[in-house]
Amino acid sequence: MELLLASAIALLTASGIYLILRARTFPVVLGLTLLSHAINLFLVSMGRLAVNRPPILSDDAAGYTDPLPQALVLTAIVIAFGMTALVVVLALRTYLETGSDHVDGDPPGNKP
Amino acid sequence: MSHWIIAPIVIPAMVAALIVLFLRNRQGLTRAVSLAGAVAVLAVSVALATAAAGGPPEMYALGNWPAPFGIVLVLDRLSALMVLLTSVLGVIGLLYALSGWDDRGPHFHALWQFQLMGVNGAFLTGDLFNLFVFFEILLIASYGLILHGAGRARLKAGLHYVMINLVGSALFLIGVGLIYGITGTLNMADLILKVPLATGSDAALLKTGAMVLLVVFGLKAALVPIHLWLPAAYANAPAPVAALFAIMTKVGVYAIIRVYTMIFGGGAGESAWLAGAWLLPAALATLVIGAMGVLAARTLGRLAAFALLASTGTLMTAVSLFTPTALEAALYYMVHSTLAAAALFLVSDLIARNRGSHGDLVTVAPRFRQAEMLSALFLTAAIGLAGMPPLSGFIGKLLILDSARASGAAVWIWAAILITSLILIVGFARAGSRLFWKSAAQEGFINAPAIPRRAFAAAAAVLPLAGMAALAAAAGPVAGYMAAATDQVFDSSAYVAAVLGGR
Repeated sequence: MELLLASAIALLTASGIYLILRARTFPVVLGLTLLSHAINLFLVSMGRLAVNRPPILSDDAAGYTDPLPQALVLTAIVIAFGMTALVVVLALRTYLETGSDHVDGDPPGNKP
Repeated sequence: MSHWIIAPIVIPAMVAALIVLFLRNRQGLTRAVSLAGAVAVLAVSVALATAAAGGPPEMYALGNWPAPFGIVLVLDRLSALMVLLTSVLGVIGLLYALSGWDDRGPHFHALWQFQLMGVNGAFLTGDLFNLFVFFEILLIASYGLILHGAGRARLKAGLHYVMINLVGSALFLIGVGLIYGITGTLNMADLILKVPLATGSDAALLKTGAMVLLVVFGLKAALVPIHLWLPAAYANAPAPVAALFAIMTKVGVYAIIRVYTMIFGGGAGESAWLAGAWLLPAALATLVIGAMGVLAARTLGRLAAFALLASTGTLMTAVSLFTPTALEAALYYMVHSTLAAAALFLVSDLIARNRGSHGDLVTVAPRFRQAEMLSALFLTAAIGLAGMPPLSGFIGKLLILDSARASGAAVWIWAAILITSLILIVGFARAGSRLFWKSAAQEGFINAPAIPRRAFAAAAAVLPLAGMAALAAAAGPVAGYMAAATDQVFDSSAYVAAVLGGR
């Protein structure tokens, strides 16, 4: 379980960083999305991994899972969703305005 | 518990919602409501600063959930000062925006109010995750404002600004996650108590989290080497927005003061005084690069952006010493540098608009409308940013130099600040003589279209300059307030007592 989660976070982060360093806007947007997924998983794991444990007080519970990171992740997901929508619109607008999807807005003839 | 603490967040939020929902296509009414909202926030923040000056920190529990389980807002002298500064800039920028900037695209006033809400929230919150949320609010409003009116150059700079800040938000969450994983709390007052308890490998992870956060705050404050987004973004932003953004770099500085003096400060056990060794070289490099940028700038926008960078460098130099006298000097200089940068952005825009097709290029061009008045304003703003007497920049730099004498790096700090002051003077003199002196000898006259509501624009540009003069005249009482604010930051027991009660 720990190995699976840790390698998932590592893979998502690595792919995210690789894509963010690309020169075209669409891969960068994808990279930001992957990075935010990695961080959501990371935040969940910071509340320690627990399976089948209740997050709220109950008399017959053997142990608890930490509910706070889950609330934090929920907030982070909402914010990341809004930001992704914004950056997609912005990337499209830049493409339409400059005629190129290069992050520096170079015209198509000007190969980077 | 005073409910007024939340007013600087709630008033802009309500005004923005009102503007978006009910005042579409009614520009006159929108302007009146927006300006009234900004003035109301200013009045409240003056009252809050007065209240904070006389007493201990005050806590406001959102939804009445007790700390550390609920989210709290905390009003101490430092946060009251920052909120007051934001509100002043909010009114000044809005006055300036009335001269035509707010007509260039939809929703300017709503975004402006959301921006004020985010910045005020970031200054008032007493919770690290809530700080993240307010960072996102102020950022998403700033994305809208920086792209206001669009255009190619602005879209390009805006895209970079948005993407680098999204990466910054991701890093913020990693840092917050690590700190929560070790301490189990994100309430700042609770962190002050819990951080010293971490030892060994726990302390190592905690320090890692804190250093990741330092990168994020450094990004917001535009410290070298993560400053590259700032010149293009600020130079291309609409002038009133750039003036308001003078406070945005200070959000990063404020967070550094809050987290690395109060939480990871002297009482933090193994994690004590984390940031100083890293911050000082970065701050000095920022100062030098900012000054060189002023010398090299070919447009007034970039000149102002690099001057802001240099003043942030000076400010961070003082902050990174992490001593009470240096912080006192830093707070004084922070107020000054925010006003000075805002003034320069506004004056530059007035010059650019009067120069018609020559715009804000630092070139020799024929004479233009109001050149005499604008040259006086430019000179005053330049004196402020270069730190020459009689304005407050001189006193601020003097306080910083004096407080650095005991530091081991005093030679470097004195050399950097004094030499860059000279470079700044040369840079401003070069730009000013091209724009005004050499242009005065040219034939012809640029008849640029008149600026609408010119009186508002001129008043908005004069106000921060007058603020600097007032800051210099009242240096004694202001420095006294800064000293009291510094006491509250360095002796966090009153802060902890206010938030967590008698525990």
